Amino acid sequence: MKIKKNIAISDSGFIFNPSTGDSFSVNPIGLEIIKQLKEEKTSDDIKKHILKLYAIDEATVEKDFYDFLKMLEANKLSAENEKAN
Amino acid sequence: MAKLQYERPLIQKLNTGTMNKFGTRTEYRPHTEIDGAKVEDLMKEFGSPLFVISEKTIRDKFNDANRAFKTRYPKVQFVWSYKTNYIAAVCNVYHQLGSWSEVVSGFEYNKALKSGVPGSKIIFNGPDKTVEELKLAIENNSLIHIDHLDELYTIIELTSEIQKRPKVAIRVNMDTGIYPMWDRFGFNYENGQAWDAINKIVLTDKMDLVGLHCHIGTFMLAPSAYGVAAAKLSELALAIRKKYGKTIQYLDMGGGFASKNTLKGSFLSGADTTPPIDDYAEAITTSILNAGFLEEELPTLYLETGRALIDEAGYLLGTVISNKRLSDGRKATIMDFGVNILFTAFWYDHKITPAQEFSHYTENSVMYGPLCMNIDVVRENVTLPPMKKGDHVVVHTVGAYNMTQWMQFISLRPAVVMIDMKGKAHLIRKRETLSNIDASEEMPGYLKEFKL
Ligand SMILES: Cc1ncc(COP(=O)(O)O)c(C=O)c1O
Repeated sequence: MKIKKNIAISDSGFIFNPSTGDSFSVNPIGLEIIKQLKEEKTSDDIKKHILKLYAIDEATVEKDFYDFLKMLEANKLSAENEKAN
Repeated sequence: MAKLQYERPLIQKLNTGTMNKFGTRTEYRPHTEIDGAKVEDLMKEFGSPLFVISEKTIRDKFNDANRAFKTRYPKVQFVWSYKTNYIAAVCNVYHQLGSWSEVVSGFEYNKALKSGVPGSKIIFNGPDKTVEELKLAIENNSLIHIDHLDELYTIIELTSEIQKRPKVAIRVNMDTGIYPMWDRFGFNYENGQAWDAINKIVLTDKMDLVGLHCHIGTFMLAPSAYGVAAAKLSELALAIRKKYGKTIQYLDMGGGFASKNTLKGSFLSGADTTPPIDDYAEAITTSILNAGFLEEELPTLYLETGRALIDEAGYLLGTVISNKRLSDGRKATIMDFGVNILFTAFWYDHKITPAQEFSHYTENSVMYGPLCMNIDVVRENVTLPPMKKGDHVVVHTVGAYNMTQWMQFISLRPAVVMIDMKGKAHLIRKRETLSNIDASEEMPGYLKEFKL
């Protein structure tokens, strides 16, 4: 999944979508994932990155990562939505 | 490099400008101890889910209520409403504090006797007292609160075989300005039913009318309604004195004071809206003191307060089984307890906090129980930190009615522990076992064998 190019990310975990005016707060791990998505990392790379940083098992990361992507989509932050619009 | 502590990735939309219905709750602040006992240790030792009772809270709440009434009125007697929580150890804390027993069935009556409460200090309420139970109550000099005319006639009949004058009161229902009016129990004040019963009791001269009782409703947020009820009962007592020269020894105001729970659909939390016990005490005692009793004939005030005394002393500890995403995008958390053991989830939005430290990030979710039923919703909307399988929560203010109305459905009922005044945990009810259930089942001989 790709994230919208124009969204603004602050280091303190605030996300702003200029095309809708919506803002969001994310926790540090969420912020990390969004940054990686913005750098166009693949899902596998991002999951590996999380596993390296955090004390957690692969299955949990797998489950939570895809759930998080769904939430990005639901909040209209993914580039896929952009094309559809 | 040491790895970071993991937390589920979260994203939450910020609604600037619109007020959040749930305000800025601090629910997700972790609750790791109850009276000095560690939640994690309790769950390790006694399992999950687990009910925990704080003896200190019971005593503190009782002493506060006792003070509120006794500083305003000279003769006050609390009577522990068994149905609220009749685990024997819980009842005994109230009995140590001086409370008598209020029971509504033969089962509860015998439970009180078994705990060592003298028969004369048991109030027997309720519409369903069998002939055998009434006999026992008469023999024991218990206070029988008559609910309907059929019961009155049964007692009159019994007096011909038992050589004792039963001590009775009548339950009076009345309009206190509260809707809906509870007119199902007892005799109505406004339409003259109460007088009808009083006349029969006095004129048949087979029993002693010692008190008047009312229980005007449940979770009553308006103390003024108690002022009205106390005024009406006082008026009745004074009229009986005038008409028959008989002094009514006590007025029993029943239960129904609100606890600090949040009623479903209520905008503000119970902690902010529940009237202090002093307001109920003020309304009731002012009414009785101003009613016109002679000083030496002031009736004793009985109080059957239940939930307002015990609700806050009870906690339910539980464990996250799983997290799910619902089709509409909402998060759902499935717990190892549901409405089977947390019956009051039907009435209240119980406060729920995590039992371990978390970051300050939170998310909204629906909290479900483990029953395979749609009605099994613990909270329709709760704001908590991201919790994962195996994390623990503390449900607050569950001391009233859950440990009596819980159902043995699908799984076995959990253990109950009491934390004593020194922070030590005592098992006061064992976790149910399969053999508890088996013990009361019978197998017809021809069904004993089968082949598959
Ligand atoms: C007769 C009577 N007394 C006392 C109570 C206790 O009420 P609460 O727990 O609301 O104080 C009840 C509860 O329904 C009751 O029916």
